Amino acid sequence: MSLTRKIFGKISLKLIGVVSATVILIIGVYSYFNVTSQSNVLLAEVERHVNQLSESVKNSTRYVMLLNQRDHIQEMINRIGKDPAIDNVRILNKEGEIIYSAHPEDIGKMLDKQAESCYACHAENKALEKLPIQQRTRIFKTHSDSSRILGIINPIYNEKSCSQADCHAHPADAKVLGVLDVTISLSEVDEQIRQNEIREILFAVISIIAIGFIIGFFVKRWVDYPVRELVNATDQVAAGNLNYIIKNLSHDELGTLGKSFNNMIKKLDETNQQLYQSTKMASLGQLAAGVAHEINNPLTGVLTYSSFLLKRTKDNPQMQEDLNVIVRETLRSREIVKGLLDFARQSTPKKSFIDVNEVINHAIAVVNNQLKLNKVNLVKEFDPSLPKITADANQIQQVFLNLFVNGIDAIGQNGGTLTVKTSQISLSPSGITQVKNAVCAKTHSLIDIEYKIGGMPSLRMKIKSNGNEGFVNLDPVYGSFRHYFGIAYDKNSNVNLACPVCDISLIDKNNKCPKCGGPIYKIQIPNQGFIEGCASFKDDWQKWDFVDRAGERKFVEINITDTGCGIPPENLNKIFEPFFSTKGQRGTGLGLSVIWGIIDNHNGSITVESKVGFGTTFSVRLPQNDFLKNI
Amino acid sequence: MKEKIKILIIDDEEVVINSISKIATMEGYSADSVLDANSALQKISASNYNLIICDIMLPGMDGFQFLTELESKRIATPVIMTTGYSTIENAVKSLYTGAIEFIPKPFTVDEMISVISRGIKYSSIMKLKKSNDDSILIVPCPAKYFRLGYSGWMNKDHDGSVLIGATDIFIKTIDQIKKIELLGAKEKLTQATPAVKFETEDSLVHQLYSVISGIILARNERLISEPELLEKDPYFDGWIYRIIPTELEYEMKLLIPCSSDRS
Repeated sequence: MSLTRKIFGKISLKLIGVVSATVILIIGVYSYFNVTSQSNVLLAEVERHVNQLSESVKNSTRYVMLLNQRDHIQEMINRIGKDPAIDNVRILNKEGEIIYSAHPEDIGKMLDKQAESCYACHAENKALEKLPIQQRTRIFKTHSDSSRILGIINPIYNEKSCSQADCHAHPADAKVLGVLDVTISLSEVDEQIRQNEIREILFAVISIIAIGFIIGFFVKRWVDYPVRELVNATDQVAAGNLNYIIKNLSHDELGTLGKSFNNMIKKLDETNQQLYQSTKMASLGQLAAGVAHEINNPLTGVLTYSSFLLKRTKDNPQMQEDLNVIVRETLRSREIVKGLLDFARQSTPKKSFIDVNEVINHAIAVVNNQLKLNKVNLVKEFDPSLPKITADANQIQQVFLNLFVNGIDAIGQNGGTLTVKTSQISLSPSGITQVKNAVCAKTHSLIDIEYKIGGMPSLRMKIKSNGNEGFVNLDPVYGSFRHYFGIAYDKNSNVNLACPVCDISLIDKNNKCPKCGGPIYKIQIPNQGFIEGCASFKDDWQKWDFVDRAGERKFVEINITDTGCGIPPENLNKIFEPFFSTKGQRGTGLGLSVIWGIIDNHNGSITVESKVGFGTTFSVRLPQNDFLKNI
Repeated sequence: MKEKIKILIIDDEEVVINSISKIATMEGYSADSVLDANSALQKISASNYNLIICDIMLPGMDGFQFLTELESKRIATPVIMTTGYSTIENAVKSLYTGAIEFIPKPFTVDEMISVISRGIKYSSIMKLKKSNDDSILIVPCPAKYFRLGYSGWMNKDHDGSVLIGATDIFIKTIDQIKKIELLGAKEKLTQATPAVKFETEDSLVHQLYSVISGIILARNERLISEPELLEKDPYFDGWIYRIIPTELEYEMKLLIPCSSDRS
């Protein structure tokens, strides 16, 4: 059972199976008809040949018959019968007596009318006088294991010359005087037919095997291998390996599928990284806070009691000295814990209106000496018209400072170039703007934190269609349509959407969908206008004026490129993790993870591209107009 | 007099309660303690305390809720907040919610003694103020000023710089100033972290928290030779630092406008 499932569970084997079965059927039918027609042709040829022979015998014996030279006739028949291909030549009279025969021992024997040589004409009560050649021919076997024999009966008709011959042997009113029966062995023909059959079968089997192998080979190459690779990749990804890349992609649909798969995994990996980072930073912050809280309480005890001891042992200088060490070290611990809390604290940026170019210049001023020391040539490609953004100047400066120091470290002692480039980029609001708050006319929240789409809380509405009632969860990302329908609904029916709390309708009766003319829903987004969309979900029409009016979301992009040693690919996705460091004792390993946390808190993103031996580029993207800050 | 002064300690850690009790007892106060805020509220309704020292992270009702509860019950007993989770946010929030002082754990004995001493003084000034309403005991800070808790004030100047100083009531809660220790120009100040050290005649060291963060532009050099300026004119000639604020907008949200004192 499991074996059959294993075999038929594979596309390649299914394909090979189906193709082979088709080939077997086609070649089998073809071979069958081929063999049959070949045998028929052969037999017809033999038949014609025997008929000719029979006519020749009849014609050549005619004269001697008229002369009634019986010895002569027998002699002729004997001679003809010696031919190895000829089985027998007999002449029978009307009564069925064998008059002449190539086998002399048969002469004088009577044949029954039911015998195979007579049956064709004597099957009816009244004997037939004429028969077409096909019916005069018969194929039979003398014994079950002897070779086949083909016989032709050739009736000898009465002629004037026969009845008027000197011997007056035949009466004038008889129509048929007797028959000439020539039988020849078909062993040779049969042998040839058999060989033909064997050849056909051999050909069929070889073709089937060859076609099977050829198909198998290509199916394996074009289908089996890529599919196996895809399955393997999916398994790897399912097991958590998001670095898996499908290699050796072909140029067909499966190759495209593989490419999309790679792309998807890359995206997934990136998102995962960001998510992982933010979760980790958050948990690290919590951990730091927890540790601080837990450690500070016992430290309080240590500090207080050692201070008391200090006061009580004023007359014991030796003890005072030791106690002072305890106090000093406890104070040191206090500073360490404070540092931890400061790290956890970076979670809330203190935003003001800042000029990124200026902030970068400040950061450059700090590392200026280091740049000179390491013979690093600094190239500034600033966009002078860069707009101010809402951000925490100190934190952003810390980001660039860290990135500069990293770049300088990567360049090392031999000098190189550090390029800082600022620019403006725009990205469409559709597909990146999330609805974080939505209410019905009675201000009941529609946000459903239980059901998330793309990791974000969705918008829950009651849906009524064709008497069915259920819930629909809308994709919270504007311009994205990964909705979830709790019930089956009919797109052409009168769909109604309502608030799940108070049942108030969310359909805007005054407007129709500009695409399909159907009803539209209109949901209030507090302080940010309304989001509208096609309520029959026939098409992807959606409108959010507030966001659309703001136009494309603009970002300030800062690229920091060094010509340093580069980051090996295996480290690329680890660099934003806390405590990951390649600097050994020199670095704490918190730098890039802190940077990541800062950028994330600004709703921005940071990406890195690197080539070992050529350098690294960090790209920081910060939103320009933070009008969506509160959603 | 001192025998009557009662302090209530609220903390869920025995070792902290013991430490503070020991300090309080050593200073001659009587100390009472509870492990959570609800029992604290019961204790307060049963007997009067001069001062409460309260942890922020408490089981059930936390320190902030406790402060709000006190306010709604119109209980005026001054509260000193303390926590092991000693972040700047917690400090600022405590002072904004109504605590008079914030002392991060772990504290030294001397730090605690200073804070308690200020708290007791504050408590008695407030009691006095309540009993004779007419006389002006303390000079309130000018209307357009902002303060962090009750101790420090800030005032935005026309050129964008900010003056910070100590309130009259803060100066009154400490003994005669013997020595002022100021930070130098260009040094960085962070909100709710120590900015000035006062050594007083009773040999205590008091720390004044910076009202906002910024870089020191100048310090009032006159104070070093004439610390009495702080007492004479705490809001003008007695300024302490002139700073360039770094996160003014953000930090001002949790400052108390002095105009609210004049109702």
